[in-house]
Amino acid sequence: MISIFQKTQDLVMKIDNFIDLIVQANLHLREGVKLYIEGRLDEFEYRLKLIRESEGKADSIRKDIESQLYIQTLIPESRGDVLGILESMDSIIDRAKSIMMDFSIEKPYLPDEIKNQFLELTEPVLKSVEELVSGVRAYFYEINSVKNHLHLVKFYEKDADTLTERILRQIFSMDIELSRKMHLRFFAKHIDLLADNAEDVANRLSIATIKRIS
Amino acid sequence: MLIIIFLSSGLFLGWSLGANDAANVFGSAVGSKMLKFRTTAIISSICIILGAGISGAGASKTLGELGSINEIAGCFIAALAAAVTVSWMTAMELPVSTSQAIVGAIVGWNYFSGAITDYNSFMKIFASWIFSPLLAGLFSAVFYKILKTLLNYAKIHLLKWDFYNRAGLIIVGAFGSYSLGANNVANVMGVFVPIIPFKPLDFGFILLTSAEQLCIFGGIAIAVGVFTHSQKIMETVGKNLFKLNPEAALVTVLSTAIVMFLFSSEWLEGILIHYNLPTIPLVPVSSTQAIIGSIIGIGLLNGGKGLNFKMLGKIASGWVTTPVISLIISFIALFFFQNVFQQRVYTPVPYAVTAEVAVKLADKGIDSSIIEKIQNRSSKNAFTFREFLRKPSLKIPEDDIKTILEYSRVAKMQVDIQLIQQELRDNWISSEQIEALTKLDGMNFYYTWQLYDSLSSFSDKWTFRRATRANKLYNQTLKNRLNYIYKKFTVPAAVNQ
Repeated sequence: MISIFQKTQDLVMKIDNFIDLIVQANLHLREGVKLYIEGRLDEFEYRLKLIRESEGKADSIRKDIESQLYIQTLIPESRGDVLGILESMDSIIDRAKSIMMDFSIEKPYLPDEIKNQFLELTEPVLKSVEELVSGVRAYFYEINSVKNHLHLVKFYEKDADTLTERILRQIFSMDIELSRKMHLRFFAKHIDLLADNAEDVANRLSIATIKRIS
Repeated sequence: MLIIIFLSSGLFLGWSLGANDAANVFGSAVGSKMLKFRTTAIISSICIILGAGISGAGASKTLGELGSINEIAGCFIAALAAAVTVSWMTAMELPVSTSQAIVGAIVGWNYFSGAITDYNSFMKIFASWIFSPLLAGLFSAVFYKILKTLLNYAKIHLLKWDFYNRAGLIIVGAFGSYSLGANNVANVMGVFVPIIPFKPLDFGFILLTSAEQLCIFGGIAIAVGVFTHSQKIMETVGKNLFKLNPEAALVTVLSTAIVMFLFSSEWLEGILIHYNLPTIPLVPVSSTQAIIGSIIGIGLLNGGKGLNFKMLGKIASGWVTTPVISLIISFIALFFFQNVFQQRVYTPVPYAVTAEVAVKLADKGIDSSIIEKIQNRSSKNAFTFREFLRKPSLKIPEDDIKTILEYSRVAKMQVDIQLIQQELRDNWISSEQIEALTKLDGMNFYYTWQLYDSLSSFSDKWTFRRATRANKLYNQTLKNRLNYIYKKFTVPAAVNQ
């Protein structure tokens, strides 16, 4: 019995670690975009290295959690939902890493007039992820408060959509080559998609929550 | 050898009980996939055998009041009728109550042998069939609400709660299985206890009385039933009626265990009496009814959505048909057994109003005009005697009929201290009581009240106290002791005739 309790405790810790890694990746992305815009590329590369590490760790922890949940046949009612949520959370950290890596490889040229707007765009996107993370934590600890966070995820996602549209309109009204416009559009959408991913996970979380509350 | 053959139907009933009723305790845990069938089967088997062995022997009296089967072949048929009924319903994948089946079978024997079914005991048991699911439903609804509220405040991690929930299910399920063993082994072996005289087994460190040996046999039969045939029923209870979440599974098992405990705990009755509170009748309750009541309780708390009313209807109809089917099978089988196999399935219990009985009845306040009309009357069984007493021309009030029946029942007994050596060794009766019994050693009595009067004239420890709530437990214990020694000292039928 004690060993089962220790295993459970261990699993709780792993889930907490996994969520922490998502939070860390989010912070690295915020800093990374800022450093890129400021032109501090060495520091940017260091952040990319950190986000890669977080992504790798998160991946292996998730697999661990997955097998442990199945082997110990834990939470039979919510197992499918929990695994689904963790898996889709993994896609968020993947996208954060992918944004950073694309910045590093493609090194898009950001005209001065839209630099600030890119910074502005990252804010609601990252906030939507933060709220999602809080929602996922609440799913484990305090099921009734999940919906408060989910509501904010949706709110920030809409905000990000509006800002993306504004950036895209500005990009395409600028007097630069079309190829460059397309390149910038790719990055704006790339960042915005992170908020969309967060919203997808939030929808999943919402259904899982309803199942547990009823 | 013959005893083993006769006992086989009891073991068959035990097996049916294991396959069916035992599934109720852990059914919701298995149905909700919180515990594996194997784990639950091991835990419940151990706890059932423990419950049956430790507390089961005491509970065997519960059915005795309803009707006392006095021939082993009769016991065989009653247990067989109940077992066939339960197995049949189990084969149809319907949760069914063993208590109901055995009560039906005993009433069937009563009809066949001309004995009177004790109306009060029957009503008590019948009321428990209604109250136990209602009470379980109420408990589960309240507990579920409390648990959900607590979980909202406690902020326990989902996985940790999962662990506590499983541990809770195991503990509560073990408690439930123990209660089931203690309470329901009486359904299986109760009819055999007064009839089968096994020799006490002395293992040096522990001594097993005949009743305890029977209860352990019954417990083992139940355990075999759990292992071999309960998985399907567990899934029916846990899944088909209403899809239970893990919290609901815990609450239903807890409510069932508590209801079974409330209706079978002499310890609790003692506490209630001590604090001058109303007591709960100690009757064999059905775990099936309790668990279904508690599942419905939670279902209704959630607005009734998701409750499988069709399945519920099927189960409810089983509750009505179980005792009736069992009664019919018992009656027909007794007829066959007696007339085709030439076996004696009951010892006739004659009734006679002798001069001594007449004096006693006058003493008990029966009108002399009535006594005159019935004096020197005798009858071959209770049923025909009651029919005679109820004749409109006699104009005997119903209460007086009860008294007359009580005091005119012939029960030839010979006090033989040797027969209760085991009970004396266990300090089952006090030294003062033994002294009174010893004085009567070798004497013959024709009515139970004669033995009682003689005993109480020698010692007030053999005398009933005034019927107050505080004295209830004392009187109940004394009544059990007296019934036990009446049975022990009854002269076997062959000698009697």
